[in-house]
Amino acid sequence: MKKALALVMAGVMALSLVACGGGSTSGSTSTAASAGSTGGSTAASTASGDATQITLWTYPIGSWKDAETVDGFIAKFNEQYPDIQVKVEYLDYTNGDDKVTTSIEAGTTPDIIFEGPERLVSNWGAKGLMVDLSDLWTEEATADISQTSEAVVNACKGSDGVYYEYPLCMTAHNMAINYELFEETGALQYIDQETRTWTTDNFVKALETLRDSGKVITPAIVYCGGQGGDQGTRALVNNLYSGTYTNADHTAYTANSAENVKALELLQQLANDGALTFDPAAQASDELQNFANGAAAMTFCWNASNEASYASQVSFTPYAMNFPTDDGSVELCGGIWGFGIFDNGDPAKIEAAKTFIKFICDDATQGPASVQATGFFPVRASFGNVYAGTADEERMGTFQSFLPNMGDYYNVIGGWTEQRTAWWNMLQEVGRGDDVQAAADKFVETSNNAINAAG
Amino acid sequence: MTASATKKPVKGPSQHSSLGISRAEARRQTISAYLFLLPFLIVFVGFVLIPMVMCLWTSFFDSTMAREDIFVGFGNYVKMFQDEIFWKALANTALIVVVAVPTVTAFSLWVASAIYKMKAASCSFFRCIFYLPVVTGTVAVTVVWKWMFNYYYGVINYVAKGVGIIDQNVNWLGDEKTAIWCIILILFTTSIGQPIVLYVSALGNVDASLTEAAQVDGATKLQTFWKIMWPQIMPTTLYILVITTINSFQCFALIQLLTSGGPNHATDTIMYYIYYQAFKLYQYGYGNAMGVILAIIIALLSAIQFKVAGKGND
Amino acid sequence: MNTVTGKTTPYKIITNIILAILTVFLVFPLYWIFTGSVKTAADINTMVPQWFPTNPTLDNYQRLFDNPALLWLWNTVFIAVVAMILTCITAAMAGYVLAKKKFYGRALIFSLIVCAMALPKQVILIPLLKEMSTLHLHDSVWAVILPTVGWPFGVFLMKQFSEGIPNEMLEAARIDGAGETRTFVQIILPMVKPGIGALAIFTFITAWNDYFMQLIMLTSNTNLTISLGIANLQAEMATDFGLIMAGAAVAAIPILAVFLMFQKYFTQGITMGAVKG
Repeated sequence: MKKALALVMAGVMALSLVACGGGSTSGSTSTAASAGSTGGSTAASTASGDATQITLWTYPIGSWKDAETVDGFIAKFNEQYPDIQVKVEYLDYTNGDDKVTTSIEAGTTPDIIFEGPERLVSNWGAKGLMVDLSDLWTEEATADISQTSEAVVNACKGSDGVYYEYPLCMTAHNMAINYELFEETGALQYIDQETRTWTTDNFVKALETLRDSGKVITPAIVYCGGQGGDQGTRALVNNLYSGTYTNADHTAYTANSAENVKALELLQQLANDGALTFDPAAQASDELQNFANGAAAMTFCWNASNEASYASQVSFTPYAMNFPTDDGSVELCGGIWGFGIFDNGDPAKIEAAKTFIKFICDDATQGPASVQATGFFPVRASFGNVYAGTADEERMGTFQSFLPNMGDYYNVIGGWTEQRTAWWNMLQEVGRGDDVQAAADKFVETSNNAINAAG
Repeated sequence: MTASATKKPVKGPSQHSSLGISRAEARRQTISAYLFLLPFLIVFVGFVLIPMVMCLWTSFFDSTMAREDIFVGFGNYVKMFQDEIFWKALANTALIVVVAVPTVTAFSLWVASAIYKMKAASCSFFRCIFYLPVVTGTVAVTVVWKWMFNYYYGVINYVAKGVGIIDQNVNWLGDEKTAIWCIILILFTTSIGQPIVLYVSALGNVDASLTEAAQVDGATKLQTFWKIMWPQIMPTTLYILVITTINSFQCFALIQLLTSGGPNHATDTIMYYIYYQAFKLYQYGYGNAMGVILAIIIALLSAIQFKVAGKGND
Repeated sequence: MNTVTGKTTPYKIITNIILAILTVFLVFPLYWIFTGSVKTAADINTMVPQWFPTNPTLDNYQRLFDNPALLWLWNTVFIAVVAMILTCITAAMAGYVLAKKKFYGRALIFSLIVCAMALPKQVILIPLLKEMSTLHLHDSVWAVILPTVGWPFGVFLMKQFSEGIPNEMLEAARIDGAGETRTFVQIILPMVKPGIGALAIFTFITAWNDYFMQLIMLTSNTNLTISLGIANLQAEMATDFGLIMAGAAVAAIPILAVFLMFQKYFTQGITMGAVKG
């Protein structure tokens, strides 16, 4: 009996140990705990009894992952709309999708979600889970956004023509090189610094020069391991010989076209020659880390936000570049982020959610601040340069210059999740030396089947 | 167990031979038994059995997100047997279990036998060492190993190259031949802690007079071990086999965070593939059908383990 | 009992060498976690591993505690401890009657338990999830605790232990006029105590590391467990290794403490089936 008691005691001790631990530092616990729900409590203090409570889930887009920033926005929102309480939850890209899936199955979806069209429109929107946001797309807003890019407007519309996303910001994903290293090895001659472009031939020559210099572990890494960042490898393959990822009306994948196969064969050849490495274990974040460490001379996964997050780690100039092309017409992959509303069947909440979105995206002072927090560019032409006068002005100006090169936003095609996995697998197969045409055919077959299955 | 098992009186006939007792007595026994079972049964039925039945039920449907389920009979099962990734995943799962379970068991027994007679302090020390990976937490362990296995500047490549085991960096997690072994290795380090601790105490509890007597009779150490100790630690072994099997089958976070089933499905396990189908592709019916098959396989395997290792249960 | 201080044999030397190698092998990841947690991002990412942190910093911890990390830790401990206690109680009671009582439906219940034990939890998650949301338990720690308690392995284990209890003792208790409850508390519990110990530790560890169940069931930032919290700290395009390692270190400390407290009880007779008559 004594021993049993001792066991229980130990358990209690374990509990109290942690409880004490929590107690002695209760200051930090409570501040931290309240940080997550400050929005709610701020609102509660000002709100009257019949406040509407809505929930916002946000993926980690720039500073939108920091409670401090987002709570600040909500506080501003509550100055104008004290009757709407906004509760925020922060998602990550490792588990965020699972959480949303879970909440859909559990019927506990948030009211507002902040991400991009491939999730909001082609996934959840297509499944009928999202609210039609047409009334947010006023004539003024549509015109304003169209002026920036028609592609953005189209990307936010489902195949049924309904708007499921109201966009806030955008970027064009590009690549970057280690400027000093290029200079040192003599590879700099292969890029056009004026336009930040290069040809496929010069890209190959640069890789070979870098390899021969022996100054890097590998000149470039084609990462083919799971998770995000796939836009980098897609853009690389498509641009080398001007192939397309899907057909024009986004109904079929075309990665097995002659142009794409030629590009993949080139990459395979370069890998065999040691001029680049296919790394099935690397995710985009690993490739970026290698770039930041100087292990690789370039990264295929670059944008303003990545530059900001790696700024403290790099000891060289990451020089943003367009992807190499054979014909000079670069098509960069776009990133568009915005808000969608889950249909939870409560008109009051939907209305409140729309009010919130409108405030965050359209308000003359809040809108630019919201965009700035993402580290990307406004979809509204009227916002102009939101970084003007900030320390980031010059840096962001460079990235802004890539925007006109944004190509077709094909991410709204069906079977997106399946094609992602299939794409990584195809790159892995190409990397290990399999027949390129066969691998690409398999990719297209799998992905097209997925479209049909979804439809 | 033999010691206690042989001493155990023949149960049943002496007192209540099955339910051959008077009806009143049987009813009384049944009522009191169910009162004891009640707390467990509520949770078990509510949170295991009902979902289990729902899972079996759903496996006969084409079930996905935000759409009415469509009855497909055995369609999901037919699809499964034609799905080469499923077979690959099954083979990988089998490999993990077949390699991890015996090595973990044998190795922890060896370590335990090496340390259980040491001085209390050293024994404690080693027990803690081997337990560290268990208590560190899956996510942390996975992230640190991922770092160590890094192709370009991981510690493992650095050291292996320094010592001359390899001349060129190896992409441990990126090579189809090595990736699954890395997974098994990490699984191994996180699995041996508990068996070692259990074996140390099991060996410590073996009646010393028996082993001494055997040695006096001229038995070698090995003979003493197999004839005297082994039968006595058999129940521990059974327990270890079961928990290790369960752990090996359930190894999930490791794969999700390290390789996502890649490269080229080389580390896809059934568990991960179920997750992928259900949570990434929303193929709930298909995922559930695989789950049913996996459950049947594990059930068969456990049955065999019990038959072979533990004769003491009915 | 002979000790290793006796004569030195080649076998012993080899044994000690292997143990030493293993120690390094197992301790190193932990060392790497702790040192990583005090390194700057630049020091972590050096091409040549930096064996000792040259510029130790508490910056990672500071950033960690910008998040409700202690709350996460508390949630994790709460889940593990409550699941452990509830499992031990329910399993000890159920295991006892399954081993020692004859009653209608016993065979059926036991078969169900064995079947369910084989079940991979991932499979029942979707139905379980729907159930939890119907019960309004989704996104609460109970959604993680209850399925853990309902998992029948503990009952199975306790049944094995209870079978070792001699029937004479039960009979004697009955002749003495002890009721069912008293028999259970005064006779059964002390005898199956080693089993409870093993089960407690097993359940604690399982619940602590049950990443997937936590991932599915918990969503609010204030309801996360430490593992989820750590996973949450990763950005899409960057792995903040130092921050994650700080989280890992904070997560490892309490469970290490629990283990050190419990480890005494391991030595004092947690042996499967070591119930003496």
